[in-house]
Amino acid sequence: MSTVPHSPGAAPPPVLLQGRGIGKTYATPVLAGVDFELHAGEVLALTGENGAGKSTLSKIVAGLVQPTDGTLTLAGAPYAPVSRQDAERLGVRMVMQELSLVPTLSVAENLLLGRLPHRLGFIRGEALNEAAARQMALIGLQDIDPRLPVSALGVGYQQMVEIARSLVGECRLLILDEPTATLTSREISHLFEQIERLKARGVAIVYISHRLDELQQVADRVMVLRDGRHIDTRAMRELTQADIVRSMVGRDVHEGLDRDVRPRGRRALAVRGLARGSVVRDVSFDLHAGEVLGLAGLVGSGRTELLRLIVGADRKDAGEVLLGESAAPARIASPMRAVRAGIGFVTEDRKSQGLLLPQAIRVNATLANLGAVSRAGWLQGDVERRQVERLRELLRVRSDSIEQPVDQLSGGNQQKVVFARWLHRDCDVLLLDEPTRGVDIGARADIYAQMDKLAAAGKALLMVSSDLRELMSVCDRIGVMSAGRLVRIFERGQWTEQLLLEAAFSAYAAAEQALPQEQIA
Amino acid sequence: MTSSRPLTTRAALTSAIGTVAGLLVALALMVGFFSWQSEYFFTTDTFVTIANDIPAVAVTAVGMTFVLIIAGIDLSVGSTMALAAAVAGIAMLQWHWPLLPATLLAMGVGVAVGAINGAVTVAWRLPSFIVTLGMLEMARGAAYVATDSRTQYIGSKIDWLGKPVVSGLSPAFFIAIAIVAAAQVVLTRTVFGRSLIGIGTNEEAMRLAGVDPRPLKVIVFALAGLLAGLGGVFLSSRLEAADPNAGTGAELVVIASVVIGGTSLMGGRGSVASTFFGVLVISVLEAGLAQIGASEPTKRIITGFVIIIAVVLDTLRERRKAKA
Repeated sequence: MSTVPHSPGAAPPPVLLQGRGIGKTYATPVLAGVDFELHAGEVLALTGENGAGKSTLSKIVAGLVQPTDGTLTLAGAPYAPVSRQDAERLGVRMVMQELSLVPTLSVAENLLLGRLPHRLGFIRGEALNEAAARQMALIGLQDIDPRLPVSALGVGYQQMVEIARSLVGECRLLILDEPTATLTSREISHLFEQIERLKARGVAIVYISHRLDELQQVADRVMVLRDGRHIDTRAMRELTQADIVRSMVGRDVHEGLDRDVRPRGRRALAVRGLARGSVVRDVSFDLHAGEVLGLAGLVGSGRTELLRLIVGADRKDAGEVLLGESAAPARIASPMRAVRAGIGFVTEDRKSQGLLLPQAIRVNATLANLGAVSRAGWLQGDVERRQVERLRELLRVRSDSIEQPVDQLSGGNQQKVVFARWLHRDCDVLLLDEPTRGVDIGARADIYAQMDKLAAAGKALLMVSSDLRELMSVCDRIGVMSAGRLVRIFERGQWTEQLLLEAAFSAYAAAEQALPQEQIA
Repeated sequence: MTSSRPLTTRAALTSAIGTVAGLLVALALMVGFFSWQSEYFFTTDTFVTIANDIPAVAVTAVGMTFVLIIAGIDLSVGSTMALAAAVAGIAMLQWHWPLLPATLLAMGVGVAVGAINGAVTVAWRLPSFIVTLGMLEMARGAAYVATDSRTQYIGSKIDWLGKPVVSGLSPAFFIAIAIVAAAQVVLTRTVFGRSLIGIGTNEEAMRLAGVDPRPLKVIVFALAGLLAGLGGVFLSSRLEAADPNAGTGAELVVIASVVIGGTSLMGGRGSVASTFFGVLVISVLEAGLAQIGASEPTKRIITGFVIIIAVVLDTLRERRKAKA
């Protein structure tokens, strides 16, 4: 259990950071009217479902994002950082999930990057290493040689270096975003020791994590966000894990989520023991013609990676994919083979992995099936235009003409163009990764309707989404991934939001998530 | 149904017309300026000379356009021209081959060089800049070996290609025009051409859409080699010799022509037809500067300046279009 920074009854430590009515609106509000307080020397856990607004709130505090509403007060003074540097000057630091170290430089150089001690432009090596060693000692890392290149350290120690770096100069408030995602249990306990040291020095810590068992160890208070709103903040010792999940889910909403289960046809695809490192672990399931199978899970639980393994975009360590009702493994070594085998893949990031942005809708729509619009290698312009016009009407792509470049379309219409490509290819199996992310409500309805039609036509659909409501309304079955494992597949009628979330958290509780890593110390 | 043209998308067509229009204006300005400066410039002779000078660069620039469209670059074309011409020269001089098979052999040498460039680039996922830089040296060295480091005089056996046949124009000129036209059609009307534009725009998206970029990239480099080989034979028909130093620095003139023609170094955007106009801009400039008596250093300074201006203007135009 954590040490409470103050004994009950004693005067509470001073409020370091206060937020009033914090809101952020992009196209739609992602954060609204959030009030909170953070005390010096405490660990405040920030938790909630995917998309609840955790990262937006923490980025606002770290100066990476500016709020559209509300005010922040830091140690009694108005606080409105316009950049990360601005926030850092005032002692507010954030350690992001993606480390920002330069692997080829030494630990010391990384720690003091941007403020290297020098004389006439020449780095003063000894001064540098001494300063770095002092900094490392602050968080108990005396045993690391500051002259080692960062690339020689294990991920856990790299994380520590990242934290040490954020403590260079003044640090009053430290935000840790999923700091344990890549750590082993040994490294995690080391991290927690350092957190205790920082608390003792009066540093306030915002701790973002999916791992509820960790929160119990490290947090003093827990703040839960849902749909961009502040739901509850309570002292950790008053709460159980089930309490936290309940406040993340809110009341169970059933309206609009009921539908008939689609008739399930023969098997279209089977996955057997698919694995890749610690990211995807021994996943097996069947996908049937005519059904929509959902894949729920937290960000980083291995859902995207699983889809990429199925289409051969990444190399698998073990396991097989079987096509149709065949018992023989379909050796899908590349996305090219997958497409030939009738598997389409709507990627999560349509801009970098899906579309040819400067090219016309027509060019994008026929990309996966140029054979259908050509004869002996020669494109048949009329045929292509007719087919793409038909798809544009079918999917209601709002655009001037099929010749409009897709970078001029809205997110929803861009996604429809990606859909058009796979409709044009006429795949038997369609893998959809967050198909409605960044898509407006109207376009969403069109996409759901299209998925319905595809399922009715006997296609098999596998859909990853971080929006549980969406999965609950669209899918016939929902598989839940947690820490790389497919922990359970729910049939329609068996699930509630609470059960799905509990499953999504379940494998993280078993702490030994990452494989032991080689480390130099 | 919209009245968009079958050849290419309307937007791309407008863009290509914009580029070509800009190049035509630049050409007209240059012709006007040089005609004003020199009474001998605006004559049939000048234009025939220019027309007969351009085939080597023009056909090589066609191959380079394809390479740039897939976001690659080929620095070895100048050396490939010399090597291919040297091999053709030896075939004609020592083995007494006629011109046609010797030319085909030269093109074969070009294909081999290009295929190596492509295969190494793809197999080890290296930047084509480095691979072809190495090939630039290797092919040049091989050209010296093939010619014994001497200029091998070939004579009348090869000069047919560069000699006037119709109103002063050489067969090489007509072949170059035919290749430009054919390549433009391939780029805009075939699955191959469409795939190249896709690879240059977003290779990962192409891969996930089921198109394997690797063989296509090798083919493009082989094609660039083939056309450089033909360009080498054209060059040697003007010199009537196989010179191991032929085509030194040609890669820069070729790349400059392609870029002036509006093809993007970032890949995904380009047109063979406007490359041809880019070639014309550089040849007219060089011929005009020579006629008004500019010294070699002055010529180079001005040519370099024009290349930069052309690219700046094209970039500004593209940005304005992107905003619109």
